[in-house]
Amino acid sequence: MVIDKVKKVNKKEESIKNEKASDMLIGKWVKCSECKEILYKEDVHNNLSVCPSCGKHFRLSARRRIKQIADEGTFEEIGTNISTKNPLNFEGYLKKVEILREKTKIDEAVKCGICKINGEKAVLAIMDGNFLMGSMGSCVGERITLAIETSIEKRLPLVIFCVSGGARMQEGIISLMQMAKTSSALAKHNKAGLLYISVLTDPTTGGVTASFASLGDIILAEPGALIGFAGPRVIEQTINQKLPEGFQKSEFLLEHGFIDKIVERKDLKDTIYKIIKLHKSSK
Amino acid sequence: MEKMTAWERVTLARLPERPKSLDYINGIFEDFIELHGDRNFSDDKSIVAGIAMLKKIPVTVIGEQKGKKAKENMERNFGMPNPEGYRKALRLMKQAEKFNRPIITFIDTPGAYPGMGAEERGQGEAIARNIIEMADLKVPIICIVIGEGSSGGALAIAVGDRIVMLENSIYSILSPEGFASILYKDSSKAKEAAEKMKITAQDLKKLKIIDKIIEEPKGGANEDFETVTKRLKMYIIKSINELQKLSKEELIQKRYEKFRNMGI
Repeated sequence: MVIDKVKKVNKKEESIKNEKASDMLIGKWVKCSECKEILYKEDVHNNLSVCPSCGKHFRLSARRRIKQIADEGTFEEIGTNISTKNPLNFEGYLKKVEILREKTKIDEAVKCGICKINGEKAVLAIMDGNFLMGSMGSCVGERITLAIETSIEKRLPLVIFCVSGGARMQEGIISLMQMAKTSSALAKHNKAGLLYISVLTDPTTGGVTASFASLGDIILAEPGALIGFAGPRVIEQTINQKLPEGFQKSEFLLEHGFIDKIVERKDLKDTIYKIIKLHKSSK
Repeated sequence: MEKMTAWERVTLARLPERPKSLDYINGIFEDFIELHGDRNFSDDKSIVAGIAMLKKIPVTVIGEQKGKKAKENMERNFGMPNPEGYRKALRLMKQAEKFNRPIITFIDTPGAYPGMGAEERGQGEAIARNIIEMADLKVPIICIVIGEGSSGGALAIAVGDRIVMLENSIYSILSPEGFASILYKDSSKAKEAAEKMKITAQDLKKLKIIDKIIEEPKGGANEDFETVTKRLKMYIIKSINELQKLSKEELIQKRYEKFRNMGI
């Protein structure tokens, strides 16, 4: 599975504790998890973390994603006062979060803010797979809801970049309820007649897929991203057979009618900009 | 209320002889007419739905249906819905809104079915769609967890104005076995997980996730089905009366705030 391979790459880098620790490309060489080509890391990095050889889209930290999508210096973060809670008093959870924060220099699995995209103002929420697999607990749910509510209040378009292993187990039922919370906020957003673009990146699964990720007016996806509700391993255990090649990939979802368009990373900013501009013109 | 460990309640919640959605539907309502199909792909037998009378109020009822015996369980897919099940539920909820009928849902599922077809037909989208639509339905919705309420499969019919649990039911992000296998890398630690997960009605009342616990007799609802049914019926009628006093806007706003306040 691609995730496993990407994860392994990440693990190798774990020892490096600088502010770039959340990015996968540190050191000199990296092996592409898709085409197995040995690549010079800087080349990959300079190519938006897309494999120059086969076009595999590697995971991106929220920080780098913001750089790629928001006009330089325009991203104003919101919701930084919302932090991880431990509603079930789950042993060791906050400690784990603390260590992770230290290591990755990320404070939670999503960053939200207001920014400009080619000059167009928008609310932007970007999940980060380097933080507990982008899982959604109360902090992520609350920040996403705040982003949606900000978008309603300021009458701005909303763009959410999804990457998530699903609901955060350590927060139990509270995590499940974040699906209801974020989706309810989107119901209001919808009634306000505002645009919501959801962008699915590798991987988008579980409770995030079964809530805001699937509710965009327009749903875009990066090529080759794993997108689904149940994880491939769980399905394989259930049906007791291997899944076919390409199952639950972006291309598969496009074919089955669940996403609007697959967009390469280099074209994402312009595509989002064009969609926002078109919606502005129709007002 | 009886003192029991979470795992003891898990065991009761999963008892084959524990009353299922259809038992409650037939026990509480009159003239139930089951309606079938999602008008798109098929009829999912793990979700039953239809129209019925409650005293003099017409209502729409929806329930996740497990079987009591092996054969029925196979037919019902052990109460694990496919996307068609959620879509059938949504179709009938929209119909309820059209005819201004309150909706009562019964939750009893080990979770969404993790099969290939379910993914191909977009179960993530189906669950998400139900949640966003339920948030905005202009009729009272009462959701009752009667057995196992697990994961998105439960939530897909559990966004409402009143969330109620039977005393020995459980409501969780996923099964204790699944939880143990993810967090302890050992699914045999399910018992231990159950105690930590806060999945009992008592725990969830404290966490303000649910509004009400309906008491069960010693040994579980199967020991005295009549009494439990009577208690549920009284609660449903009382809640509908309360909720019908609200304007449609108030109803939806209160529902929004209910879920808005969960978590932080």
